[in-house]
Amino acid sequence: MILNVEGASFSYDGVTKQFEDISFSLGRGEVLSLLGRNGTGKSTLIRCILNVITPQCGKVEINGRRITGMRPDEIAREVGYVPQVHHAAFPFTAFDFALMGRAPHIAIFSVPDEIDCEKVEEAFTRIGISHLRDKCISEMSGGESQMVMIARALAQEPSVLILDEPTSHLDIGNQMKVIATIDQLAADGIAILMSTHFPDHGFMISHSVAILEDGRLIAKGPAEDVITKENLLEAYGIDVCIRYIEEANRMVCIPICPYTCRGRERT
Amino acid sequence: MTHGKEPITEIRLRTENGATALQQSAFRDGISLHETIFRFIPAGKAIYLLPIALFFFSLFFGRYMMDPVETFRILTFGTANALLDGASFLLSALSGHQVLLPSFEQTWGASEHTVIFQIRLPRVIAAMLVGGGLSIAGASFQGLFRNPLVSPDILGVSAGAGFGAAIGILLSGNPTIIQISAFFFGILAVAVAYAIGRIYRNSSTLILVLAGIIVGSLFSALLSLSKYVADPYDTLPAIVFWLMGSLSTVSSADVIAIAPPILLGSLCLFLVRWRINLLSVGEEEAQALGLDTKKMTVAIIVASTIVTASAVCISGIVGWVGLVVPHIGRMLVGPDFRRLIPASAVLGASFLLVVDDIARTLAAIEIPLGILTALIGAPFFAYLLAQKKVGWT
Repeated sequence: MILNVEGASFSYDGVTKQFEDISFSLGRGEVLSLLGRNGTGKSTLIRCILNVITPQCGKVEINGRRITGMRPDEIAREVGYVPQVHHAAFPFTAFDFALMGRAPHIAIFSVPDEIDCEKVEEAFTRIGISHLRDKCISEMSGGESQMVMIARALAQEPSVLILDEPTSHLDIGNQMKVIATIDQLAADGIAILMSTHFPDHGFMISHSVAILEDGRLIAKGPAEDVITKENLLEAYGIDVCIRYIEEANRMVCIPICPYTCRGRERT
Repeated sequence: MTHGKEPITEIRLRTENGATALQQSAFRDGISLHETIFRFIPAGKAIYLLPIALFFFSLFFGRYMMDPVETFRILTFGTANALLDGASFLLSALSGHQVLLPSFEQTWGASEHTVIFQIRLPRVIAAMLVGGGLSIAGASFQGLFRNPLVSPDILGVSAGAGFGAAIGILLSGNPTIIQISAFFFGILAVAVAYAIGRIYRNSSTLILVLAGIIVGSLFSALLSLSKYVADPYDTLPAIVFWLMGSLSTVSSADVIAIAPPILLGSLCLFLVRWRINLLSVGEEEAQALGLDTKKMTVAIIVASTIVTASAVCISGIVGWVGLVVPHIGRMLVGPDFRRLIPASAVLGASFLLVVDDIARTLAAIEIPLGILTALIGAPFFAYLLAQKKVGWT
């Protein structure tokens, strides 16, 4: 197992638990989608795995090593992180921005060398964004900057990639592009953990899906077993309809609107 | 239909007038004048020659105008003589015998010698150290606080140093004591700001900025108090002049005292320059990229504060340099701190050298530096904003 989380609990103030007793593990080339309401602790869990914060109980292991005993650069060599959105303060070019992903491989007083630049070029080619090389990140669309952030994480040469709602700000075209990229990276052997708000992503690329609700994992396993009417009612408080669609060649999950929306009256 | 026709007539009118059409096409390609200039001269490289040229210029230029070639000769032979004298002294001391190395014949007058070695050289070097130091510190702080509007005194170093200088002036009036007091209180102000920022466990840089504002106003109030109790005919003007900044009284001893801390602090910032990129994309992302953000933040604050406090303690408050120069640098070499840090250093050294040349030659009396940097810096910054060439967002 590459990533192993065991019995992790975390609380900011020691009273209200953000999450409790979370356990899961992730192997080479596996994709785990993490579902759950807004504010249910998905991002906090990700911060724990990145060792930005330390869980009070339980442990997080990467390739068999506990992360609490690892230096930040050691963790960064194993775990790549793609944040939800980047707020650019300075207009770095995509290349210079992605080059920062080489940081854990570069000594503290050094600057990137030829090999580092080559690795970044490779990462750009790998996900097909070489044309963005010299574009400023501050001038990019959401989809483009998401891809550049993925390239930056790849430049770290990680064994685990963690994506925090990678498609949240994107149009459906870019969503599919990002999802296809994630799938391709998993096929190359990277373990992937992504939080998402779309149950469909589970059907598309995930080997397993976990649902976080009220600080606990209420379900965990293959997408078909986890994404069910009952589980989603518990997690989101709405009814859903789950069907097999032949044209898409997969299961889909659509919400049934509990409120009387005017759009339905027209037909 | 009429709506569709309007743009066509407009274009026709413009093509009839050749100049307007030309201007129009230039705008369409987005090429402005300085971009055309930069295309032929690689500005990122050319700026490194600037301080060297200005250094020689500032030595012969002034109220007592000297011949450039003669100045160059005096500087080289004079320096060589000083080195040879030093070597003779060292050899004599080591061997126990009187050793006298040959030296160049001094063909120039004593007054020229004094002007260059006693008056202008220390002042020129001080201007370069102060300007370069403040700019490096400013650029680093802008990266650390992820904000291009930050200047080196954001954590209260200037306010602290101002109060320290005022105390020094009130209690003794001795220039050395004033400098030490300014340096000490500058460092103290930042230390207090940092301590306040640490109250929160997950202290973000925003808390630090707020702490800097708190400390800044505290020391400003103390400074006002010391001005209020100062003798209006003697110490009050001294405090006021100190706060306006000047290099007119700089001696060789001052330069020797501040050069090591400024160079050392700048060297530290130069060495970690690429890591400042990481901080500038945000604390959490920097952590995910393997940077120990807490240690790096402390390192940058300590280095920048030592540089700024050392600069301010001999020059007084010189505003604007640390804010404007990094912007000019970003305009020329881009936002990457790998290039921005060295570019800021040479541009800052050049900028303050020019400003100081103006300060000592423009009027019969010295013009305080702080006034000139703001008078030149503020309109220039407004111009940059209007050009949208500031290099951010």
